[in-house]
Amino acid sequence: MSEALPSLIQAVDQAESSGHLIRAVRQLAAAHHADAIPTLMAVLSYNNPGAAIAAVDGLVALGEPAVPALLEQLDQHNYTARSWAIRALAGIGDPRGLVTLLGAATADFSPSVRRAAARGLGAMQWQWFPANLLEVAQEEALEALVFVVHQDEEWVVRYAAVVGLQSLVTGVAAPHPDWRSQIEAQLTQAIAQEATLAVKARAWMSLQQLQSHQPVAIAAPAAPSPLSANDWQNILDKLYERKEQERSVFAEGDPRRYKDLAVAIAPPPESH
Amino acid sequence: MSEAKFEEASGVSLSGMPATDEVALTPEQALANLRGPDLGVRYYAAWWLGRFQVNTPEVIDALLESLADESDRTLEGGYPLRRNAARALGKLGDPRVVPGLMRCLDCEDFYVREAAVQSLGALGDRSCVPVLMNFLVGGLEVAQPAPGSVRLPQPYNDIVEALGMLGATEAIPLIEPFLNHPFDLVQYAAARAMYELTQNPVYAERLVKALGGDKLALRRSALADLGAIGYLPAAEAIAQTLAENSLKLIALKGVLEREVQTTELPQLSAGAIRVMTLMDELL
Repeated sequence: MSEALPSLIQAVDQAESSGHLIRAVRQLAAAHHADAIPTLMAVLSYNNPGAAIAAVDGLVALGEPAVPALLEQLDQHNYTARSWAIRALAGIGDPRGLVTLLGAATADFSPSVRRAAARGLGAMQWQWFPANLLEVAQEEALEALVFVVHQDEEWVVRYAAVVGLQSLVTGVAAPHPDWRSQIEAQLTQAIAQEATLAVKARAWMSLQQLQSHQPVAIAAPAAPSPLSANDWQNILDKLYERKEQERSVFAEGDPRRYKDLAVAIAPPPESH
Repeated sequence: MSEAKFEEASGVSLSGMPATDEVALTPEQALANLRGPDLGVRYYAAWWLGRFQVNTPEVIDALLESLADESDRTLEGGYPLRRNAARALGKLGDPRVVPGLMRCLDCEDFYVREAAVQSLGALGDRSCVPVLMNFLVGGLEVAQPAPGSVRLPQPYNDIVEALGMLGATEAIPLIEPFLNHPFDLVQYAAARAMYELTQNPVYAERLVKALGGDKLALRRSALADLGAIGYLPAAEAIAQTLAENSLKLIALKGVLEREVQTTELPQLSAGAIRVMTLMDELL
């Protein structure tokens, strides 16, 4: 497989049409090899949504090894590539993407990015978090998802936030004592306010599954956390920074205000 | 269903721009703008009033007047304001506008006729059924592009779709031949209407088959049609279609909402749970 990798990479680099590119990226993604990461990352800025989707799928399948490159992409000023990187981070659920997902779920310009980020916040690898960080991180995730479920104007983003809220409970072996009842209360409120039948139905499904206390499907602690103490410190710093910003700059506490900033500094995204 | 309609119906933009990124207006301003002198501002106001469902009697009157507008013309002789006014009236749910929209079916601008047909289908008033059926009387022989043109003389897919939405079972013999129309989109519209009028799965299965087609635009269209008819057996095929997740989610939403209405919430059928499980995977 690894012998074929150079030719798979070459096929992506030399693709002559959109169709060829998409096919080549799919094949490269299917090789499931960390050496493909730089090429898959490059595809995110090609402005070819079909190829970008295939690259995101490949990066998500690779998981943790792709995270450093994705985080680096977030610092670049390419809004389209950044959107795809956020979607990949949401799919991987690596804690280093947490703060980015918090911002994206509540304030990104593109509904597809908000949708993926809302789902990703619930599906975070919560079992990796050290105890002292888990509580503050989950509180932030809960706050963001509650905001989205009640405020986002797109039904599909609210739907994703319902799914995210449910996984906040089911994804943790020993959730907060009152976690479950808090989230059940939020879902009940969402059902009462929700205008879109599909979202209402999904919220009922979550509520019923939570209330039936179905066995929690934790991804067994198979892989130990690959994060270093430094990574965790970094996440904690950024979380506090975010809280601080909400208090001072955005006095009304409305994370949506980030949206104006994002629009001001960036061209519109590609969304698919 | 055309891509433009799909975008509008779904609030999702295929081009990547959020479809809800619009200039802020108040209903009063929009109404004043619609009656104002600036053609561009009037055109936007007509769209805006439909988008935000402002259905006061004054707005309905102003939009009805716009259906006969003569001042806003394209180089080719089209009537942009009439098109937007006809589209807006389809969203406002006032049956009073049906005769005005039916008069638009004689307009020489293809897009005015198309918009009027779509709105007549959406309004659900059956009084337009005989006029719509008239368009189909010549069958496939008439429903061909003029020599040297790629476009059909009438918006056949919209006509057929509207008859399906209106439950016009009397139109079945006229619609059926369009299952063999040379244009794929017209075939899909006929399959969709035939399913709605007969509930025979054979027609919906044609749309399921279309999900495996070669062209993305056709797959998108079949997704939209299956979502519109809420055909539950298509759920897995929709989830596996090679197309954007956002479009698959919208199609599954249509299926889910149809299925949810077969029970009383909070009761959820096994089918509804199956569809939501598929949707969760696409988020």
